[in-house]
Amino acid sequence: MALRDETGPYFGDFGGRFVPESLIAALDELSEAWELAKLDRGYAAELNELHKTYTGRPSLITEVPRFALHGGGARMILKREDLNHTGSHKINNVLGQALLTKRIGKTRVIAETGAGQHGVATATAAALFGLDCVIYMGEVDTERQALNVARMRLLGAEVVAVKTGSRTLKDAINDAMRDWVTNVDTTNYIFGTVAGPHPFPAMVRDLQKIIGEEARQQVLNLTGKLPDAVAACVGGGSNAMGIFHAFLDDADVALYGFEAAGEGVETPRHAATITKGRAGVLHGARSFLLQDEDGQTIESHSISAGLDYPGVGPEHSWLASIGRANYRPVTDAAAMAALRLLSRTEGIIPAIESAHALAGALELGKELGPDATILINLSGRGDKDMETAGRYFDLIDAGAEQS
Amino acid sequence: MSSVASVLRARRDAGSGALIGYLPVGFPNFDESVDAAVAIAENGVDIIELGLPYSDPVMDGPVIQKATQQALANGFKLRHGFEAVRQITARVDVPVLMMTYWNPVVQYGVERFADDLVAAGGAGLITPDLIPDEGSDWLAASERTGLDRVFLAAPSSSDARLRQAVESSRGFVYTVSTMGITGARSDVDQAAKVLVSRLRDAGCEHACVGLGISTAEQVREILAYADGAIVGSALVKALAEGGVERVAAVASELARGTSRAN
Repeated sequence: MALRDETGPYFGDFGGRFVPESLIAALDELSEAWELAKLDRGYAAELNELHKTYTGRPSLITEVPRFALHGGGARMILKREDLNHTGSHKINNVLGQALLTKRIGKTRVIAETGAGQHGVATATAAALFGLDCVIYMGEVDTERQALNVARMRLLGAEVVAVKTGSRTLKDAINDAMRDWVTNVDTTNYIFGTVAGPHPFPAMVRDLQKIIGEEARQQVLNLTGKLPDAVAACVGGGSNAMGIFHAFLDDADVALYGFEAAGEGVETPRHAATITKGRAGVLHGARSFLLQDEDGQTIESHSISAGLDYPGVGPEHSWLASIGRANYRPVTDAAAMAALRLLSRTEGIIPAIESAHALAGALELGKELGPDATILINLSGRGDKDMETAGRYFDLIDAGAEQS
Repeated sequence: MSSVASVLRARRDAGSGALIGYLPVGFPNFDESVDAAVAIAENGVDIIELGLPYSDPVMDGPVIQKATQQALANGFKLRHGFEAVRQITARVDVPVLMMTYWNPVVQYGVERFADDLVAAGGAGLITPDLIPDEGSDWLAASERTGLDRVFLAAPSSSDARLRQAVESSRGFVYTVSTMGITGARSDVDQAAKVLVSRLRDAGCEHACVGLGISTAEQVREILAYADGAIVGSALVKALAEGGVERVAAVASELARGTSRAN
């Protein structure tokens, strides 16, 4: 069977539905609605129309030769998900799930968010479709992504700052699941990544795989061949699954996921789930996760709120376990250096999340040499990160020197 | 028959039902958590549900979250859970079921966990985030060791899923009274009564109702149709506010709902 044909609930030993019984009926309903929607031309037509007239798809690819000079001279091509409406790939998934929400007759949506990109995208779709919207966000993240909190509120969503646990993305997911268990009659949970219980990993991937399908053809048109490698950052892993999927059965195309190494994988402060974690159950699925010997989740760390997650989607764990994709860690420092480099060489300010893929691609370019072509998913733009970047590079005080 | 099932049957035969009390290990500290469990058993609680603190407890409301987070911050380890079962069962003659999210069991090793629970004198496991569909390892381990396995049934469960919960469970079926998480509520849903009746139709011998129960009156109401009433947050709150003495008093008050005191 082709690797692309996997539909869950299991990907090898990973995936499943490890959730309270109260949620099973809702997951069954969602699975069934999704199976029907996939076959429904009306649904596809409506989603395609939104992609074209609202999101701005297909997104461009941009070759970045001045940036590539710093990566061994390999040819580097960016898939520009940063140009989508709302500023990242998250909108692809959210529009699909919001349409599905309408189909199953629910009027309220909830979502978790880390960096705020998925929250902003969900709030946007809720505004567009007239749905009530509550976004759960860890208190730590509401502080480091204050602008996105303001955006969500402006769009009409309620933002709940989650104060339990590590007060980051994993706790936002816990609270969103508690809300869902309580309000499942009226509420659909628009999950933001390829993790969680079935059908989320498969459904979110199906809604994001348009990234790779477009990019595969675009690179063929531009270069006459497939890329030698595809690079993407991995937190939960939705942008990476989105760009990997179309290439899964192209055996000559190497796939690289770059995880957040924070202050270094040799320190306790990182979010390199596949590199350093082991298999276990978190948030409804069996997958790799960062945990202690008792199975208690270990708090992750990354300068990037969107990658600051101790779990990862089960399909990534499977691709890692069968050796189809490679996962490597990238530190905060390397990501920030790549963020600045792309800004200065190409005039494109990436999200800190995406900067992990850029930093990884620079190393990959040196390994593969000047004959190689690397396709990089630029999953989001950096506007939301200006405060973090400003502090990191000391750019904000009046009179601050060029760093 | 398991010790849990025989307690439930004995209470029913006496024209009443069982009071099941939840407390987490390690809150407010290890010794007091054991003393508290012993105290509620001495004050009318028939079966103890001993919670293992977990970093991501999605079925729990704010009261239990806060308590278990404190237990983890104090350094709770899984081995403390077995030690607590050993100490409690040495001091009082009540069955002790462990309530645990699934990942700690997986990481400890399902077979090893079952063996150590048996050795400690535990009666079985309540698994809030494990459905029978994903539970083949646990079904096998509990079959081998004779431990009880308590799965959940929810108002939203289909008839087929209720049958599965009944067939897979041993001890009782944890009947989720309302769509939601743990925490006291002023009204326990009518949904609980409907669900217990659906479970009976599915062949359920012992159905115990949990979530939102905090008064003797609610216990009495539930025991009119169910085999047991499970109280958690109200006990944890009492322990947090007034220590072992207060939780014993609240247990004794709740036990009035079992009508044995009348």
